[in-house]
Formats: sequence, C-alpha cells, structure tokens
Amino acid sequence: MSQSDQATKTNWNLLFLCWILVSVSTTISIFFSSVLEYEPCVLCWYQRICLFPLILIFAAGLFPAFDKSVIKFALPLSIAGGLTALYHSLLYAGFIPENIQPCSTGVSCTEKYFELFGFVSIPMLSFLAFSTLITLLIILKRRTSR
Amino acid sequence: MKYALLGSVCLTLVLAFVFGSNYYKEQQSKKYGFMAEENAELFVRDHSATLGSEDAKVYIVEFMDPACETCAAFAPFVKQIMAANPGKIKLVIRYAPFHDGADNFVKILEAARMQGKYWETLDVMFKSQNVWASHHNYQPERLWEVLPRAGVDIEQIKKDMHDPAIAKIIEQDMADVKALNVQKTPGYFVNGKPLQVFGYRQLQQLIQSELDAKYPN
Repeated sequence: MSQSDQATKTNWNLLFLCWILVSVSTTISIFFSSVLEYEPCVLCWYQRICLFPLILIFAAGLFPAFDKSVIKFALPLSIAGGLTALYHSLLYAGFIPENIQPCSTGVSCTEKYFELFGFVSIPMLSFLAFSTLITLLIILKRRTSR
Repeated sequence: MKYALLGSVCLTLVLAFVFGSNYYKEQQSKKYGFMAEENAELFVRDHSATLGSEDAKVYIVEFMDPACETCAAFAPFVKQIMAANPGKIKLVIRYAPFHDGADNFVKILEAARMQGKYWETLDVMFKSQNVWASHHNYQPERLWEVLPRAGVDIEQIKKDMHDPAIAKIIEQDMADVKALNVQKTPGYFVNGKPLQVFGYRQLQQLIQSELDAKYPN
C-alpha cells in the first residue's frame, strides 16, 4: 500500500468517526424527545437542525470513496451548532441571565431534564459533540489541504 | 465492506434505541404500578368524578380537558368499552387543562356537578366542542347557548364556577399531573399502568389486559 493510499484510508476513518459521532448524537437526541418525552426547547431545535443533516452529508462524503469536499459543507453546520450549544450551555449554567433568552413560551431552555454524573447537562453534551466534530473536521481539513 | 460497516453501525444504533425504549417503558410501567399501589391518591382523589360500579376492579384514570378535541373523540370509545364490560370498569376523570383559559371550562363542568348534571354537561360540552372551542379559539359565550341542553341552570353555574373549592380541585389535579408526568391529553392510566403508545387499539389492549388479569375465566 502506497503512502497516499494509507492517508486516504486514515481520512476515510476519521470521517467515519465523524459519522458515528453524529449518528450516536442523533439517536440519543431522538431517544430523549421521543422515548423519555423531554420536550426540546427552541435552542435545542436550532442545534438539531445543524446536527441531523450531518448524518447524510457525512455518508455522502464516505461513499463511494472519501471526498474531501464534505468538509466544506459540514464545517459551517458544525460551527453553527457548536456556537448555539455554547450559548445554550452558558444560559443553562446561569452565566447569561435568563431574561434575555429567546424562548419564553413552551419549554424553558434552562429546564433541567437530565444531568449525567450530576453536572453534565444536555446542552453540555451537545457542545461536547459539536466541538469534537469541529476538531475532527479541522484535522481532516489540514490533512487534505497538504 | 465499507457499506457493511456503515450498515452495521446503523443497525446497532437502531437496536440500542429499540432496546432502550422497551426497557424504559417497562421500568415506567413498574414504577407507576408501584405508585398506584403505594399512593393510590395520586390517581384517584376524593374529589374526582367517577363513573361505573363501586366494585369494579379495573380503574381507568383519564387526565382530560373539556376543550381537548382528542378527549372528546375518545369519550364515546371509552363508554363503549365500559358498556361491553358492565360492572367491571370504573372511569375516573382528572383534569389537565394545559391550554390558557381551558381551566374555565373545567370550572363550568364542576359547577354543573353541583347541580348533579356532571356527565350530561360533559357530554354536551364534548358534542358541541366544535362550536365553542374550535381549534382552541375559546368562545365561552357560545357554550352558554348550548349548555341548557344538559338541563342545568346557567345563572347558577356562572355564580358557582368561581367557588374557591373548584380552583382547589384544579390545583390538586395539576399537581398530580406533574407527579405522574402527564404531558398530553387525554392521558390514560389503567390500574396505574400508563398508556405507553397512544391510540384507540392500544388503549383497548391495555384495558383488556387488565380485565383479563382481574377477571380470569
């Protein structure tokens, strides 16, 4: 196997990792809303809008073979989702006062549904997923632009 | 090979989802069953209106809202099941007026109860719902036009509906709504077991399984 073949294989694996990450995140997200019946708030919906399409975008970038243009499409969505998740986490943690939040009707964005180990909230999980995704995509971008 | 990899991850996630949701539902069912045994009050309060025999062993607890369209659609269905199993089923009405202003109709209903016309009034309210609550556009004045059909004194209702005792009933029911995690109306519990998947057939199956358990042979 030549060096460039090896590099393409690693790129494919990294992208596959991204796909697994968004697929698992989506499954958990839908599990929360459909099974545990946690009503998603407005900010959650904005993050979901960024997250769900990535499954198909990454899948399209994986087949029939690794296509680096996938980064160009996936990165803006990941950054938008990550920023919303960051804002949401800060709001949830109380660093941003709640009265300026955009969701006054329906479910409050600071409604506490679930906290893993007592402190990892849903917005934090989302932020963790998006920031991991952004990191992976930046690594891929560096690797492919060489 | 690559496709198989993607497919197997998809399959794993779907299986995990299905397994997780079944597990969760089982746990919920157990939890509510336990709550019904230990804390029956949560499901049936002394103030709750009930229909059916005192000796019935199957309790259908319905969290409803007189202005809810699906509640109106389910009312005849539940009555039909009760008629098919005489003396075995007791219906308990609890209130979950989620929409703004919906509690006023609960107050009207409770005021009618003071005149001994509870079920007649509920029936008229459900049947004329499209007139006074079409698409949650509440028009109480139009309800006053049709309510005499239930044989109630409208002027008396207008006075009685502001009775603080009625407000207390709604407050208590809403507290139980929270405790039992009812998020949509109608919310059904049959002998404490929540209706997991909403639908006519599913409700009938849940009731039937309780009937079979309580009335073997």
